[in-house]
Amino acid sequence: MAVAATSETGARPSRAGRRLAAPSWVGTVPFLAYVAIFLLLPTGIVVVDALKNPNGAWAFSNVTELGNSLVRGYFIGSFKLCLLSSVLGAVLGAILAYAIASGNPDGVVRRLYLAASGVLAQFGGVTLAFAFQVLIGPAVGLLFHASWYYDFPWGIGLIYTYFQIPLMVLVFLPAIDGVKVQWREASENLGASAWQYWRYVGGPLLTPAFLGGLLLLFANALSAFATIQAWENQIAYIVPQQISTALSSEVGLSNVNVADLLALGMVIMVAIVMTGYALLQRRAARWLR
Amino acid sequence: MKLSYRYAAAGVAAAALFAAAGCSSSSSSGSGSSGSSVNWANETSASAGGGMSALVKAAKAEGTLNVIALPPTWANYGTIISTFEKDYGIKVNSALPDGTSQQEVDAVKTENGTAKAPDVLDIGMAVALANTSLFAPYEVSTWSSIPTAQKAPNGLWVQDYGGYMAVGYSSKFGTITSLNDLLSPKFKNAVALNGNPTSANAALNGVMMASLAEGGSASSISDGVSFFGKLKAAGNFSPVSATGATIKAGTTPVVFNWDYLNLPSYVGVTNWKVFIPANAVLGGYYAQTINKNAPHPAAARLWEEFLYSQSATGGQNLWLQGGARPVEQTAMTSDGSIDTSAASKLPAVTGTPTFLSPSQATDAANYLAANWAKAVS
Repeated sequence: MAVAATSETGARPSRAGRRLAAPSWVGTVPFLAYVAIFLLLPTGIVVVDALKNPNGAWAFSNVTELGNSLVRGYFIGSFKLCLLSSVLGAVLGAILAYAIASGNPDGVVRRLYLAASGVLAQFGGVTLAFAFQVLIGPAVGLLFHASWYYDFPWGIGLIYTYFQIPLMVLVFLPAIDGVKVQWREASENLGASAWQYWRYVGGPLLTPAFLGGLLLLFANALSAFATIQAWENQIAYIVPQQISTALSSEVGLSNVNVADLLALGMVIMVAIVMTGYALLQRRAARWLR
Repeated sequence: MKLSYRYAAAGVAAAALFAAAGCSSSSSSGSGSSGSSVNWANETSASAGGGMSALVKAAKAEGTLNVIALPPTWANYGTIISTFEKDYGIKVNSALPDGTSQQEVDAVKTENGTAKAPDVLDIGMAVALANTSLFAPYEVSTWSSIPTAQKAPNGLWVQDYGGYMAVGYSSKFGTITSLNDLLSPKFKNAVALNGNPTSANAALNGVMMASLAEGGSASSISDGVSFFGKLKAAGNFSPVSATGATIKAGTTPVVFNWDYLNLPSYVGVTNWKVFIPANAVLGGYYAQTINKNAPHPAAARLWEEFLYSQSATGGQNLWLQGGARPVEQTAMTSDGSIDTSAASKLPAVTGTPTFLSPSQATDAANYLAANWAKAVS
C-alpha cells in the first residue's frame, strides 16, 4: 500500500556489513515461491480449465460465453456493488480516520475506535446479513421496515459499508498520521486558507493513500460472497454467486468449466481496475517525483 | 441426504431402464433356505433366507446396525431407531446425523470392509441412481404394497417416504386458499423459496409447483417463473433463502418447501399453517438402499423389513407420525393398517400427485438458467 510513502520521514536506511556473499536475489526466493504456488499456479489452472469443456478437450469458444447477456449481468452487478460499497466506504472511512487522527494520539477514544475497526473490518458473512435482517429487514426489522434494502445494489451495498468503513480507517489512518502539523502551520504562516491547504498540500499528500485504500476496498467487495448469499440468494446478482451455482447446482446445472470461466472474468476485471488505478496513481503521485 | 433431495421420484425412467436391461433378480431364488449357514448378504428377500424368524435370529446374533445421516428430529427417526432397538435388542449406531446423500455414499466407499461402514442408506434419488453399483438388491415382504414407479424392479433401491411441495405460512395472514392470494399487498416482502432454483432442488420444485397451480404441466416450468415474476412485481417476493432461523425470526413468513419440512413441529413455530394448492400436488421421495458389503447384512435387511412394516409401530406408521408420507400409504389406507389420526394431520391434498421425470427436471433447470434471474430481478 502507498501508505508507507508518507509515513516514512527521513529515516535513512542503514546498511549492514557484508559478511555473506549470497546473491542479492536469494532473499526474494520465499516470496516468489509463495506467489508462484498460491497465486500464479491457481490462476494458471483457472485460465486453462476455463478454456476446456467438461471432457477435458480445448474449447476456446467458451470465451464467447463472457459476452452472453446473462453473464454480463453478473459482472455488471459485481461492478456496481463493488463501486458503491468501496466509494462509500472509502469516503466515510477517510473522514472517520481524519476525525480520529485529530484527537489525542494516546486517548481512549482512538484506541477504542482502532480496536473496534480491527474487529468490525472482519465482521461479515451470514452473521452480518442476519443481524441486518433482524434489525432493519423488510419483513420484521426491529427499527424500521424498508423494502429498498432488497433492491440491488443499494441494500447490500449499505451492509458492505459495515466492514468497508472500518477497513478504510485501518489502512488510511497511518497516512493521515504521517501528515505533519508543522506543514499545516507552515502553510498558514504563508497565508494559505484552509481550502488552499487541502487543495495544494493535504490533498496531494493523501490522494495516493486514498486511492490505494479505495482499490483495496474494491477488491475486498469483489471477493465477498457469504454476506450477499445470506442476504439475498434466490437470485444470483454477482459473479461469486453464479460461480457457486456453477459448482454446486443439484438440479444439473453445475459445470466446473463455466465456474473457471467466471473466475477468469473476475481476474480480467481486477486487471482492468488495477490498470485504471495505476494510471490514476501515477497522475496523483506526480509531485513526488 | 437431507440437503440433496433431488429428482424426486425419478423412478419411472429408471425402472424402465432396469426392466429393459433385464437384470431383475427374482425374489424367489430360494437358495440356501435352511439353517444358520445362510449368508444374508446374498439373500434378496426374507423368505429366500428361511423366513422372518430366521432373519430376526441372524440379525440378533449380529447385534448391531450401522445407520448414517438420520437426524432424530427428521421424519420421526429418533423414535424409529429407539423402537427398532427395543423390538429386536439390536444396537443402532447412528453416524453423522446431519450428513448429506453424497456423504453417505462417500462413507460407504471410504469405510468399505470395516465394521463401521454404513449398513443401510436413506438417500436422495439422484445420488441413489448414480451409485447403484454399491447396493444390494432386496425385496421386503410388503413389496407388493409399494407402487411400481417408486422402486427398482429388483429392489436395488426402494423409495421410502416423501412429501408434497407446500406453502408454509404464518397464521397472522389468515388462511390462504389459492396461490394468487400471495399477490395481495399484505404479503409484502414475505414470500420465499428454499434457495436459488437454479441450484437447489427444493426451490426448483417450488417454482414447478407454482407452475402446476397456474395451470401449467410438468413439462414446462414457465408458468411458475411468470408467477414469481408477478410476485416480484407486487413487491412480495423475498430474495432471502428460507431456513429455520429466518422462519423463527419472522424474516420469511411464507415459504415454499416440502410439506414435512414445512410443518409447525418441524420449523419450530406454533402459529404456522401449511397449504397445498388444488391440482398442484408435486411429490418428492427419498429411497432406502442396502450396502452390498454391509458389515451386518442380516440386521440391514431386518431394518428394511421394519421400515416397510405396516404394523402400528412399524416404520411406515412411524414416518407418518413424523409428518412424512410413507410409500405404502395408499395400500395401507385401503387395507386399514394406516394410523388414521396421524394421516389426518397431513396437509390436505386435492388431485393426483405429479412426479418430475429426470428429463422434465433437466428441462426445468435449463429454462430457469435462462429466465429465472430476468423474471425476478
